[in-house]
Amino acid sequence: MVNYVDDEPVMVQAKALVKRFGEFEAVRGIDVEVRRGEAFGFLGPNGAGKSSTMRMIACVSPRTDGDLRVLGMDPNVDGPKIRARLGVVPQQDNLDNELTVRQNLQVYGRYFGLSRAHVRRKAVELMEFAQLTDRAEDEVEPLSGGMKRRLTIARSLVNDPELLLLDEPTTGLDPQARHLLWDRLFRLKANGVTLIITTHYMDEAEQLCDRLVVMDGGRIVADGSPAELIARHSTREVLELRFPPGEQASTAHKVEDLADRVEVLPDRVLLYTQAGEAALEQVHARGVRPVSSLVRRSSLEDVFLRLTGRTLVD
Amino acid sequence: MATVESTGRVVGPWRAAWLRVEGYWTWYRRYWTSNLYSSGLQPVLFLAAMGLGFGSQVQAGQATGGLSYLHYVAPALLVSGALQIAVGESSYGVLSGFKWQRDYVAATATPITPGQVLGGQLIWVTLRLTISGAAYAVIAVAFGAWMNFGAVLVVLVGTITGLACATPVMTMAATTFDEGERFGLLFRFVVIPMTLLAGTFFPISQLPIALRWFAWISPLWHGNELARGVTLGGIGALEMLAHFGFLVAVFAVGALAARKYFYRRLVV
Repeated sequence: MVNYVDDEPVMVQAKALVKRFGEFEAVRGIDVEVRRGEAFGFLGPNGAGKSSTMRMIACVSPRTDGDLRVLGMDPNVDGPKIRARLGVVPQQDNLDNELTVRQNLQVYGRYFGLSRAHVRRKAVELMEFAQLTDRAEDEVEPLSGGMKRRLTIARSLVNDPELLLLDEPTTGLDPQARHLLWDRLFRLKANGVTLIITTHYMDEAEQLCDRLVVMDGGRIVADGSPAELIARHSTREVLELRFPPGEQASTAHKVEDLADRVEVLPDRVLLYTQAGEAALEQVHARGVRPVSSLVRRSSLEDVFLRLTGRTLVD
Repeated sequence: MATVESTGRVVGPWRAAWLRVEGYWTWYRRYWTSNLYSSGLQPVLFLAAMGLGFGSQVQAGQATGGLSYLHYVAPALLVSGALQIAVGESSYGVLSGFKWQRDYVAATATPITPGQVLGGQLIWVTLRLTISGAAYAVIAVAFGAWMNFGAVLVVLVGTITGLACATPVMTMAATTFDEGERFGLLFRFVVIPMTLLAGTFFPISQLPIALRWFAWISPLWHGNELARGVTLGGIGALEMLAHFGFLVAVFAVGALAARKYFYRRLVV
């Protein structure tokens, strides 16, 4: 399949990229290519090496081995030059809590060599974008988590970055705040900003990413679009059955021949099948009575489970 | 939010450090009253209590170089005030940049480098020391604490002494990963003894010889001697140069070490 972005310039290229901290190998030789206009995701559980990779791309963490080019340049040589054209949303907010919303944007914008007049204009535009205009003169400290996150994203856009790096952008936010944030990221994407996102939420990856890699233990275990990954590594539907505690394993073997594959989790049994409803009828026909049942589409969570034998969110 | 070309660019190293100062200044404009109160007023309280109050009971004599105690103690109180500010800013202030406020982390995600972050912090401390020192100097005029315009140079000596204390403490902060418990020890076992024993309130000739080494290696003693030298006289140019040289050396060694550990902490 020819991808529509194949002609676009390469924004990030990693070859056999390695990051070690002493004895610990956080990133174990990964190959990644991100082209302009893509929304690219690193999906994986905590400790998979996503953030380490992200920090190398953000030019704040030198690689241990392998090769890395960001915007066509080597971070080891041209770190500041690359950073001038990046937007970075760190995992942990580092806003200036004692300054106002507006001051945060203006002060940060100046670090990119922008004029005072420019950052004043830009701050107004970004507060509008982040829906923080009515909090412009408020200090950051009392703002809600969602507002702080939106301000961090607004701040990362102050230099009109060509590449935006978002490390776990919605971790710790309530569902409403997450959806608002996703909406803002969609707009950026629609405007052609290249996004690189790390997340351990499969719904976030499905929502936002055109293409993603699944990382586990410092390695890439699969890559493709969310739909491709699901088609390749899972079935169309999943039947979830819940049984009283302790009965999952003993009941599972009574129904395991009804599906292509069965996963027994501590709280439920997953039956991977092309037709979930039909499988559920057969389960009932055998006299197996689950406490509850659910038929759903396969998700990236299932892909991850298949590839690593573990669930994403612990 | 165009993506064709970013508006960001790399600025020169001095400009970058100065942009950080702009950020501090934005903060200072919001909080300067409470700040000046703690940093500028404290030495003034000392001047009132020690210079006027306690000083009224002190005979001018050999130890004070024949001067009134107010004149004797005023320059040194500016310098020891500078020590307090410098250590405060460089300990918790710097650790916060790495750990709590994390503004160092935020700034180094931009074209600004860890070395420029350190530079900005040092310029900022320089400004803080000078502002506070000047405020003290002006108020001290009303106390009749100055004998001549050498007071202006005392402000400068205060700033230099503060900077000599700042860089080693910044190095310490850059290598602190806990909640800064060691700063409590620093204040208790270094800053306070230094303030009491390093020639601020009485000449170190009054110390037992076994304790004098502590004064000799402390930047504060060199600062105090220099501060008195530039306004009260009594020491030669060569001696002043030696004190100045000591302070510059401590500053420089501290700055090089701080730079190393700023990079080590921010580029991992």
